[in-house]
Amino acid sequence: MTNPMPDLLPALPEIFLLLMVSVLLITDLFVDDTRRGVGYGLALFSLVGAALITLLTATPEPQYTLNDMFVDDPMADALKLAVYAAVAAVLVYSREYVRLRGMLRGEFFALSLFATIGMMVMISAGHFLTLYLGLELMTLSLYAMVALRRDEPTAVEAAMKYFVLGALASGMLLYGMSMLYGATGSLDIGEVAAVIDNGEAAGPVLVFGLVFVVAGIGFKLGAVPFHMWVPDVYQGAPTAVTLFIGSAPKLAAFGFVMRLLVEALPGLAPDWSDMLIILAALSLVLGNVAAIAQTNIKRMLAYSTISHMGFVLLGILSGTTDGFSAAMFYVVTYVLMTLVAFGVIMVLSRDGFEAENLEDFRGLNQRNPWHAFVMLLAMFSLAGVPPTVGLYAKLSVLSAVIDAGYVWLAVFAVIFSLIGAFYYLRVVKLMYFDAPVVATEITPNPEVKLLLGVNGLALLIFGILPQPLMAFCARAIAGSFF
Amino acid sequence: MILGLPLLSTVIWFPILAGIVVLFTGNDRNAPLARLLALVGAVGGFLVAIPLYTHLDRAQTGFQFAELAPWIERFNVNYHLGVDGISTPLILLNCFTTVLVVLAGWQVIQTRVAQYMASFLILSGLMNGVFSALDGLLFYVFFEATLIPMFIIIGVWGGENRVYAALKFFLYTLLGSLLTLVAFIYLYNVSGGSFSILDWYRLPIAMSTQILLFLAFFAAFSVKVPMWPVHTWLPDAHPEAPTGGSVVLAALMLKLGAYGFIRFSLPILPDASHKLAGLMIGLSLISIVYICLVAIVQTDMKRLIAYSSISHMGFVTLGTFLFNAPGLEGAVIQMVSHGFVSGALFLCVGVLYERMHTHLIADYGGVVHTMPVFAAFFMLFAMANSGLPGTSGFVGEFIVVMGAMKVSFFYAAAAATTLILGAAYTLWMYKRLVFGAIANEHVAKMQDIGSRETLVLALAALAVLAIGIYPFPLTEMMHTSVNELLAHVARSKLPL
Repeated sequence: MTNPMPDLLPALPEIFLLLMVSVLLITDLFVDDTRRGVGYGLALFSLVGAALITLLTATPEPQYTLNDMFVDDPMADALKLAVYAAVAAVLVYSREYVRLRGMLRGEFFALSLFATIGMMVMISAGHFLTLYLGLELMTLSLYAMVALRRDEPTAVEAAMKYFVLGALASGMLLYGMSMLYGATGSLDIGEVAAVIDNGEAAGPVLVFGLVFVVAGIGFKLGAVPFHMWVPDVYQGAPTAVTLFIGSAPKLAAFGFVMRLLVEALPGLAPDWSDMLIILAALSLVLGNVAAIAQTNIKRMLAYSTISHMGFVLLGILSGTTDGFSAAMFYVVTYVLMTLVAFGVIMVLSRDGFEAENLEDFRGLNQRNPWHAFVMLLAMFSLAGVPPTVGLYAKLSVLSAVIDAGYVWLAVFAVIFSLIGAFYYLRVVKLMYFDAPVVATEITPNPEVKLLLGVNGLALLIFGILPQPLMAFCARAIAGSFF
Repeated sequence: MILGLPLLSTVIWFPILAGIVVLFTGNDRNAPLARLLALVGAVGGFLVAIPLYTHLDRAQTGFQFAELAPWIERFNVNYHLGVDGISTPLILLNCFTTVLVVLAGWQVIQTRVAQYMASFLILSGLMNGVFSALDGLLFYVFFEATLIPMFIIIGVWGGENRVYAALKFFLYTLLGSLLTLVAFIYLYNVSGGSFSILDWYRLPIAMSTQILLFLAFFAAFSVKVPMWPVHTWLPDAHPEAPTGGSVVLAALMLKLGAYGFIRFSLPILPDASHKLAGLMIGLSLISIVYICLVAIVQTDMKRLIAYSSISHMGFVTLGTFLFNAPGLEGAVIQMVSHGFVSGALFLCVGVLYERMHTHLIADYGGVVHTMPVFAAFFMLFAMANSGLPGTSGFVGEFIVVMGAMKVSFFYAAAAATTLILGAAYTLWMYKRLVFGAIANEHVAKMQDIGSRETLVLALAALAVLAIGIYPFPLTEMMHTSVNELLAHVARSKLPL
């Protein structure tokens, strides 16, 4: 019996990126500190290359390969493209920041790209093991990135917390997967779904496994009551890494949830959607209320992330195609907004100074109206006020939730996003209403300025014309699941 | 169409684009240029709106100057615009007021002039959008988007306690509108996927659902009007807002709420509207009478006029829920009239504030000796505010009282007390400010109004007198639309 060569075409972006990371690691050995820009350029080049390959190999039908352990479908392509864009934006925003803090080494870029590969594998997983492999590759890279400034006590503390809780979550997830294996006799996502569908799986074990899986998901998404690590890690990590953690991994986590719950366990939808209601509702409450009390903007945005993940879960739990595409739209727009918010934070940070307190935003409108305006757009968008794209993100999710018959849940979500509006407005208040305390010039690199402008205006432009982005998400979901 | 451009889109987008252009003049070195461009934008915005008045077909029912283009296919949302005899006067009022506001802020505002002027122009365009949107989501987008410029106007150019006022204003109104968003999405779902207001007009809805939806709408619109007991944000917002902000707030933003009742609650939920009319009338009467009494004891001019606004807006909601032609027509006239009168009163207060930097009535006295021309204009607006025949204030209130009389003598009697109480607080304030001996040396040093201020007040005075003496052009514009609306409200929409 011959072992035929598997069709590697669907996995080509991952393979390309892996090769490029190797190249990056090797070139890094021959580059001295004066020319660290090489790694930066190489990393951006790799992302663009991967994006091109993804576009060229995109197919409207799902492609399975490597014994069905890997799948390349429209949702995977769409999410990967978003991941490349997000990672590239993170690299551009953080270049100056990491240079000033002595982190501009090959490791930063290599770890970023390894994490990216991990996300891509998660997004494209067709098997529980692949899913787990991608998750670990991503999170291990992230632990290391958080600890990259090893002489900084807060960063090390954050890395430890992240690692311990992350490992715990992974353990739960694996335990849950093993129970699912016990109940269904398979780890293949398609087969698990089929076995459950035929009613051949043992009931109690299955639900027990599901509980652990959902707990693991809760950890990874940072949903209450599994959110403890989020504020500490966001605050403790260097801002560049916080931005990284807050952006692209959310897209991957969405893909992860879709593969795990929607693709593998649709037969248990009534069970997991009830569990998600609890997670979502608690996240909305705690995220929004706790954010009000924060004085550190990174910590505030951490709590805001928790509440936004609650919204994403709302979309998923409604269990319809519309709900899934609404959740995806929400994640994509959320990443856009996060990039802007942290981008501005990094622009304000200087050598030896972290603009991480809310106070540092005082009078930004007088110091630099353009950046204040961009931040204003991000804040109003996070609050869901038109004409920014945040409104449509909330609208799509609420519409799906109401369609699924949970009107009370929609009202609940709306009331807590009103509470949330308060702390976003506070940032606007500090920027526009207060007088500046420092008068330092803000002079970002031209590329950062350009990208931040494009990124900020995207919130406004997608807010006026949201249709293309919505259709993009709807197509991706429809092509992959139905 | 003007110059090949669709009329309503021009009315909406011209001020917004002008605002963006003004924003690009940058910092305060270019302030004169920013002021000039803003004036061009405001006057241009008014001029492009004039064809609405001249070309509106008075006899035609339904919406005119309609524009329809797909916008968000995913949710079947259309860029659907159109106006009728009820929204047209409000658009004209808005465009006119913007000119006044730009002129009034000419010298007063010295910091961040470009941003100030741009905020008002953008706000004006957005409000035109609210008044002409025929798609629920489009309406919501414009309705909500108006909060951002107003929030900034109060917060940046406001008084001592501006941050509290701005946040209170924003959060209060956001709560209501978010509930409305849920109601809109619900209507979208039950109407089989349409955000079109016209489709919602035809949608049969069960009574219990109607009541819930009505309460959701009520949450948004009553806060905006504002009706007692959710009015408390307004007296806080007004004293802190700069003059222009107060004018726009009183003259226009309050109308968004009343317009919402007329455009949404009545025709979409006629049965709930009838069922809850008693409640609405009761709240309106409390607004009218009780708030008058509150106004009398105010020591701050802006607060006093703010309370007077709430009381006058009570007439609008009262007229709306009487379900007869005089009531509704009177309500719309009162909206327009109140726009001019309260706007003008805030302009007058602004004139005084600019010279003395205080809103307290007790700091003034004997202004007539130093500012006779100003005192004359102020007199006219004070009279209009108390509903003197011959001014616009009389027309609206009188017609609403007539409508109330048709329903119940008691409603009419209660509402009519305002003619006494309104006169009491307005004229007493006027007396304390203007008459008597010169109170202190600051008043003695006050200069009478200059030509720019005279122009602004004269324009407002013209409008107040025109509507007061000859309201026919206004009433004939809305006649058909009001009757159509009443016919619509009279039909039950309960599913058979």
